[in-house]
Amino acid sequence: MTIARFIALALLLVATPLRAGQIHVAAAADLRFAMDEIVSLFEKSHPDDRIEVSYGSSGKFYAQIRNGAPFDLFFSADSELPEKLVQEGFAIPDVKPYALGRIVLWRPGSDARPLTLADLPRVENRRIAIANPKHAPYGMRAVEALKAAQVWDAVEKRLVFGENIAQTAQFVQTGNADIGIIALSLALAPAFAGKGSHTLIPADLHQPLRQGFVILKHGEGKALARAFAAFFGNPDVRQIMSRYGFSVPDTQTAR
Amino acid sequence: MPNADLAAVWLTLKLATVVTLLLLLVGTPIAWWLARTRSRLKGVVGALVAMPLVLPPTVIGFYLLVAMGPHGPVGRLTEALGIGLLPFTFPGLVIASVIYSLPFVVQPIHNAFGAVGERPLEVAATLRASPWDAFWSVAVPLARPGFISGAILGFAHTVGEFGVVLMIGGNIPAQTRVVSVQIYDHVEALEYTQAHWLSGGMLLFSFVVLLGLYTFNPARRKAP
Repeated sequence: MTIARFIALALLLVATPLRAGQIHVAAAADLRFAMDEIVSLFEKSHPDDRIEVSYGSSGKFYAQIRNGAPFDLFFSADSELPEKLVQEGFAIPDVKPYALGRIVLWRPGSDARPLTLADLPRVENRRIAIANPKHAPYGMRAVEALKAAQVWDAVEKRLVFGENIAQTAQFVQTGNADIGIIALSLALAPAFAGKGSHTLIPADLHQPLRQGFVILKHGEGKALARAFAAFFGNPDVRQIMSRYGFSVPDTQTAR
Repeated sequence: MPNADLAAVWLTLKLATVVTLLLLLVGTPIAWWLARTRSRLKGVVGALVAMPLVLPPTVIGFYLLVAMGPHGPVGRLTEALGIGLLPFTFPGLVIASVIYSLPFVVQPIHNAFGAVGERPLEVAATLRASPWDAFWSVAVPLARPGFISGAILGFAHTVGEFGVVLMIGGNIPAQTRVVSVQIYDHVEALEYTQAHWLSGGMLLFSFVVLLGLYTFNPARRKAP
């Protein structure tokens, strides 16, 4: 092969297909299943556009965005991190609230009777999974709830920390942890719903998981980013979000 | 240095030491067999040993999590033996690291045994040395550079492990939160000062280890 042909082939391999539009979305891991549905609904009405979603802990995305990660939109599991990005000039005001999340106790098996946090210190709960409170809002809320329920001292040594709330759920789903504090949205997702049972943790035991999103500097001026942001006001989207256990703004009654 | 970082450093050194000792124990017979056998299984075993070199750590992490979990064969066995489940424990990390670092120890020893060749062992046999005696007093001393290389590489590679630990470790302080995971947590939490201390230490450590390997162990330069 001549060098020219080799270069031509290499260029062909790196070239991306031409599309009307493509944006990259960073989404908190509690949205993993709900966001997939919303994106496929959006792409049905926008067949030439692509929404690429990455899932992870909100704190991780916050650090990545501050270091120049090329995301156009950031759906956080809280409102503080997007708010900070706006203040620091990495995002465009305003932060829009899109959901109120809830945490649940979840364990595998359908025969499980409802549990409360007070049951956690019992011996059969050898390992209790929560998200890493250092960078996952769902983990911080779990720690608050454990402290408010006055079981923290009893369970602290038994905690294992998921990198984000989805890995936390996976730890429990595979049986490697006996029980976990995960997002209601994951407990209700088809991948988990049939395989375990959940109990809501009273919302007054922790700070509310007021989830907000922002358009980032990288997405400024992109029509598709604005269109996808506006799509979150669509009744169909609100219906998907409610099906995953989120209270959506205007209809917030769950507090 | 904060206590949590010191705990992570101590845990990492402990893990790497235990794993290196175990690997010398497990890897030496495998390397010996690979160097001496004419069995048709040689290729298969060699390939199996080398697989962690090419597999993504996520593949090893995934299968270990499933196998050591309560529904997996290893998990059932350890529960039946009363040991409990291995994921999220120090022994679990040891097993994962032994698998993950196996080729780094076996291959240098295998090459060193290969370089010793038949002749010294035949001479030992004519002097009435038993195979066991010949192994210890002829093959092992002659293959010493291979053992040193293997031990250093196995230790260093275990220190550098990240993906497998993230998947089966559960990030527990003083049990599974090794330096690489601690650095990841610092970076995610924007604690760049601590991340710099630990990362700088790792840079220095890796350089010193490899410098030692390439400077004081000339056999390494000749070995393929």
